[in-house]
Amino acid sequence: MSPRALSCEEVIERLFDYLDRELDPQQAADIEWHLQRCHDCFTRAEFERRLRDRVAATGTVKAPPRLQQRIRTLLDRFDESGTRQ
Amino acid sequence: MSLAGSLDHPRPQPHVHYRDATGANMRFDEAASRREWFEQRLAPLMDRLYGTALRLTRNPADAEDIVAEAVTKAWTQLDRLRDAQCFEGWLFHILTNTFVSEWRRRRCRPQPGGDDATEPSELDSASFTLFQQLHQPFLLWWGSLEDQFFNGLLQEDLERALDALPDAYRVTIVLVEVQGYTYEEVARLLGVPLGTVRSRLNRARCRLQKALWEHAREAGMVYHEGDGGTQR
Repeated sequence: MSPRALSCEEVIERLFDYLDRELDPQQAADIEWHLQRCHDCFTRAEFERRLRDRVAATGTVKAPPRLQQRIRTLLDRFDESGTRQ
Repeated sequence: MSLAGSLDHPRPQPHVHYRDATGANMRFDEAASRREWFEQRLAPLMDRLYGTALRLTRNPADAEDIVAEAVTKAWTQLDRLRDAQCFEGWLFHILTNTFVSEWRRRRCRPQPGGDDATEPSELDSASFTLFQQLHQPFLLWWGSLEDQFFNGLLQEDLERALDALPDAYRVTIVLVEVQGYTYEEVARLLGVPLGTVRSRLNRARCRLQKALWEHAREAGMVYHEGDGGTQR
């Protein structure tokens, strides 16, 4: 599978598809090939990847103890009633 | 750091795996072992379950309700889980479906004091990119503005900016960037065309980046020596 040369415009246009893993292996390889050779596009890709990672990290928040307790209580009730389904 | 080396893992790993694995049975000899098995796997996921629910709902009480409902469903349907390795993705998929059902139900009702339920559109600045605002084509002696921005950006700043997005945008970007769903999966989950997912995602990113830029300037997180700011 030999990579196809893309222009910077083509790479930037598909950058989020690439970061979101929406491209097929050939398309992803084309982007990677370009990024390994183009400092400007690589810098942009790295910026968007860092921001994307920071957004992903907002999906982890300490669960409040009352929620943990609520779930234990719910499971206890199921245990007591012997209900599974 | 070489370019090639740092590109070894350029793409984020989706958090959701084996989402559709149901249908077979895991057997437990005793109720206690079943409960223990469930709680052992649930415990390390609680912060991500709650955090994801909080990003989707924006409201701590609603997030707790969604998590409690999803965990209850998972517990009562545990016999349908085919493979223990699939537990995490299966549980997150239940969480997402629980949220989407509730969200659709609420969108059918008038929203008090807000237009969040409508499709956002014309107010978007679809061409805005934060990178273009921050990036300097030359090295500054105190470091890059991009680094300065990321160093100053707090999780709560990002949470606030995400929470300020219109519902349709926020849910789409959370499903893709936080939960790792594909565009097609998001389209299926939300019952909208693939093109709608793409446009919502694009607009969500533009709005988010614009909000972060405005916040960075107001908070003095990015400072261009000599001109009092980085705006070009």
